Amino acid sequence: MIEMKDVFKKYPNGVTAANGINVYIGQGEFVYVVGPSGAGKSTFIKMMYREEKATKGDITVNGVNLTTLKNTKVPIFRRNIGVVFQDFKLLNSISVYDNVAFALEVIEEQPNVIRKRVLETLDLVGLKHKARMLPTELSGGEQQRVSIARSIVNSPKVVIADEPTGNLDPDTSWEIMKIFEEINIRGTTIVMATHNKDIVNSIKHRVIAIEGGKIARDQQKGDYGYES
Amino acid sequence: MTNRKVIMVMKARTFRRHVKESFKSLGRNSWMTFASVSSVTVTLLLVGVFFVIMMNLNSVATSIEQDVEIRVHIDVAANEQDKELLEQEMKRISQVASIDYSPKEEELNSLIASFGDEGEAFKLVEQENPLKDVFIVKTKNPSDTMVAAEKIEKLDYVSSVKYGQGTVESLFKFIDISRNVGLILIIGLLFTAMFLISNTIKITIMARRYEIEIMRLVGATNSFIRWPFFLEGLWLGILGAVVPIAVISTAYYYLYDLIHSKLADNNFIQLLEFNPFVYQLSAILILMGAAIGIWGSLMSVRKFLKV
Repeated sequence: MIEMKDVFKKYPNGVTAANGINVYIGQGEFVYVVGPSGAGKSTFIKMMYREEKATKGDITVNGVNLTTLKNTKVPIFRRNIGVVFQDFKLLNSISVYDNVAFALEVIEEQPNVIRKRVLETLDLVGLKHKARMLPTELSGGEQQRVSIARSIVNSPKVVIADEPTGNLDPDTSWEIMKIFEEINIRGTTIVMATHNKDIVNSIKHRVIAIEGGKIARDQQKGDYGYES
Repeated sequence: MTNRKVIMVMKARTFRRHVKESFKSLGRNSWMTFASVSSVTVTLLLVGVFFVIMMNLNSVATSIEQDVEIRVHIDVAANEQDKELLEQEMKRISQVASIDYSPKEEELNSLIASFGDEGEAFKLVEQENPLKDVFIVKTKNPSDTMVAAEKIEKLDYVSSVKYGQGTVESLFKFIDISRNVGLILIIGLLFTAMFLISNTIKITIMARRYEIEIMRLVGATNSFIRWPFFLEGLWLGILGAVVPIAVISTAYYYLYDLIHSKLADNNFIQLLEFNPFVYQLSAILILMGAAIGIWGSLMSVRKFLKV
């Protein structure tokens, strides 16, 4: 679960990206975060995995208070959070398998556990047969699936996705959404910032709209609500 | 297996991974590796040459320093008892280490010997030796010579005190200055090398900042991220020490040979023995290489690890 209480974020350049945010996201929820560009969506999301620190207020994720969390403890906290980006963030010099295994290797998981979990996860995203290929040999949608596999291989309680379909064509975007749905059904909380009107309006979930650093709308099974 | 054993096994595996990664990175960024190693090589070569000069200069200076002695000429009026008293009093001076007595006959003989064949002429004065009996005083620390000489001069039955006034002072000054200048030059060179390496490794890291970003994202601890760079810096430093050690050892071998065989008669320039000096120097260069390599890499990785 994710909870924010009176959260403010002011950047050193004077921009206020969060202006008193209060929100509660329960375990297993699927939440879309929408809003115009520059409204504070990214900051809202980045504060959840402690990429940005709140200037004021309390943020609790998976029972960890991020306001008081020491910098040295951030890596341990991140092991329970999966993050997916618009630009995939894959290492192009190593194989699909190694990209996913990377997430477990760096947290010093046992080799036999790594092998089993990586293959299971690649199977889940439908890329087991391409495990030995390089990311550059895959399509954009496939690359995003590798990135998702990497984010969930450690079975995190929360997956945070920042515009995961932003670089993909509509058909591919639907495939990616299917995978997120499947992950969500297994009990993982999903928080997804998106500009994809069709997806938000078709696959109905809770919608949090952010404008001017504030929550402008919080609606169960909501609509996108903006002209795209 | 106990929990503790599991941790140990994991650590060993992780360490192997870090070593592998560090070597992979050396190969992957082969041009940067070459640049870093070259800058370490040049620096250590300069430092090594300076070191050879410094250490030898120091050893020559020390041996000259050790030859410095105070010659206390005893007043002709002094009888045996007076001389003994004078010796006792000199012994009480805190800087004095040893006192030797050289009667005037001995003094004349060594004077005659020092003139070689021409010294024969002095034999005529043997019956009426004009020289004085002498105490040869050595100080515990060569730089105490002046102070001790001054104190001795004030004692009774001392006719005059000679220790190469003027020459000794300027020699000590020269030795002091050259030691300090050498030290400053070496420190300056080391700093230059450190910044060169930290910059070159910074470029290596820039090429890998994406990888670091992902590692941080998936929960790698800072020390886990730091290790491969730490090792990479270590290898760069050690690799950079190889050429300087080879060049300096070879050059020193021939120089030593030249000075000790061709110039066998000279007693003034005595180079330090090849063994152990060159081995000590090699160890120092490897340690310096390792230190600047590690320091350089840790400096550059630091700013990427700020959360």
